[in-house]
Amino acid sequence: MSTDQEITREIAIDVRNAVKRYGDFTALKQISLSIMDNEFFTLLGPSGCGKTTLLRMIAGFEDVTEGGIYLYGDEIENLPPHQRPVNTVFQNYALFPHMTILDNVGFGLEMRGSSKADARKRAGEMLELVQLSQFAARKPSQLSGGQQQRVALARALAPQPKVLLLDEPLSALDLKLRKAMQLELKHLQRETGITFIFVTHDQEEALTMSDRIAVMSAGELQQLGAPTDIYERPHNMFVADFIGETNLLEVSVDKIEAGRAICHLGGGHELTCNEVAGIGTGAQVHMSIRPERLFMSEQPAKGESLHGRVKENIFVGTDISTIVALDEGPDFIVRTSNSDRGNKRIFEPGTEMYINMELGAARLLVD
Amino acid sequence: MATAKTAKFDIKSYRGFKAMTLICLFVLYAPLVVVTIYSFNASNSITTWEGFSLHWYADVFIGPDSDKFKAAAFNSFVIAITAATLATSIATLAATAMVRGGKFRLRTVSFGLISLPLMVPEIVTAVATLIFFNAIGFDRGILTILLAHTAFCIPFAYLPISARMQGIEDSYEQAAMDLYANRRQAFTRILLPLMMPGIISGFILAFIVSLDDFIITNFVKGAGVETLPTAIFGSVKQGIKPNIMAISTMLLGVSVLMVTISYFVSKSDNTK
Repeated sequence: MSTDQEITREIAIDVRNAVKRYGDFTALKQISLSIMDNEFFTLLGPSGCGKTTLLRMIAGFEDVTEGGIYLYGDEIENLPPHQRPVNTVFQNYALFPHMTILDNVGFGLEMRGSSKADARKRAGEMLELVQLSQFAARKPSQLSGGQQQRVALARALAPQPKVLLLDEPLSALDLKLRKAMQLELKHLQRETGITFIFVTHDQEEALTMSDRIAVMSAGELQQLGAPTDIYERPHNMFVADFIGETNLLEVSVDKIEAGRAICHLGGGHELTCNEVAGIGTGAQVHMSIRPERLFMSEQPAKGESLHGRVKENIFVGTDISTIVALDEGPDFIVRTSNSDRGNKRIFEPGTEMYINMELGAARLLVD
Repeated sequence: MATAKTAKFDIKSYRGFKAMTLICLFVLYAPLVVVTIYSFNASNSITTWEGFSLHWYADVFIGPDSDKFKAAAFNSFVIAITAATLATSIATLAATAMVRGGKFRLRTVSFGLISLPLMVPEIVTAVATLIFFNAIGFDRGILTILLAHTAFCIPFAYLPISARMQGIEDSYEQAAMDLYANRRQAFTRILLPLMMPGIISGFILAFIVSLDDFIITNFVKGAGVETLPTAIFGSVKQGIKPNIMAISTMLLGVSVLMVTISYFVSKSDNTK
């Protein structure tokens, strides 16, 4: 990946066997992960998965029950928040309502010991960077949500932190603004070269912006990897189901030979896919096949083909989802882009046809 | 939503609504209006009107009783300002501990203890305070009044301060600490300014409560030490003269002024 050349190999944040317990409740079960310098790293998961807890442990707002957190090699879990060179963009922005925008952005610099004049000068530059110079004298309540979001970003970046923590900062914005901010954040991260740790429950947001993603669920790390890894090669049921749309099938592995697993789908249907470490012959596991990796034809194509009958076509804007029932087997969803409409026929319900895919499209999952 | 209400369900259309409102307003304000009007009466009588005059206001300041009233007013204001200041400081710290202290044991009990004095009959507090001062051999005088006032003003100052503070999310202080402010700086630079409207309201409420307190003051004051309410009571015992109405009207003016200030302070948000 091209990002691999841009990311230097130094570790910015190293979380080692970190555990967080609140009384009897374990919010985080022994997590270890290394976030690289200059990386856009995302913690992704549903609410309650522990992603925000981990972020707050890095910021210093939550104690670490067990384990350690290291910032560029230095142990930081015992430092109070104001002694950690990391800054946070809060979910609700937490802009100081009684201060002007300029004073908000200059606050961190001033607390760090800059003179008021220096702090203001640098704050002015930061406001220029986020294109809000004309609002410097206003109070936060006079700004729109999107503008407040950018002020929060400028305030957190002004003291030039070593790592910037972002706690679902886009969740309060409407869809269009959110998309625009995703790009802006990505650019800002490249320009400043600061390590970003971004928390979100929105898988699309994570895929769009991140160099690497850590998928979390129930206080545990489910998978760590680049967006394409996570999407194309989900490790387990949770990741496959949480990220994007997929066909999840119950299969039994009949045979493994030459790196290929031959699986039985029920109803006499067989499918060959790449073998996965830890899944042997006879295993009853799940298989994930992304709907857009499937294509339909009247005759079986080269590669893997399954015979079935069209049940229903659903128009979803850019795509058409076709539900196909295999003969005495499971249902499949096949996604066809509407841009291909001109050279592909739509199979009407009831039509017999074949579902085809390349070998790598199907992925066996560790449960 | 107000606009969605139809006239049929509007409380104003209920029968007897207007009459009830007028009766309430009359009962509440008629005595005050009478006192205010008669304070400008030229007559010695408190019941017959003989024309407009500022005579009784002059009498308060230069009349035969003026020294007594001036000394009492001085005591009242010194006590009210000092007691309100002390009570507000203590209430601010108490509110910070209660609202920001997390879930500590006895939190509910603590809240009860702070606000209970509001529910206890004042005469009980007065007797208890008197017995307390006697028991520890504290000579009664202006200091005993000050201590008693500070104590009973705390719950009055506490309520508006803690109400304001509950509306301030703790993410502001977290953001401040995230931006290199230590705990003290986060308190003085962020929390205190945001609490200020509540603190001013609390101070004004404590000030008014202290200024017009009679029962407790009358119990714990030493011989010869008078505040305005006790001085007024003392002179009313020898028959009501119109100069009492003039003093009452002036006190009413101070209260109205303070309440007005309090209203505008709570309205004027330093976040806009």
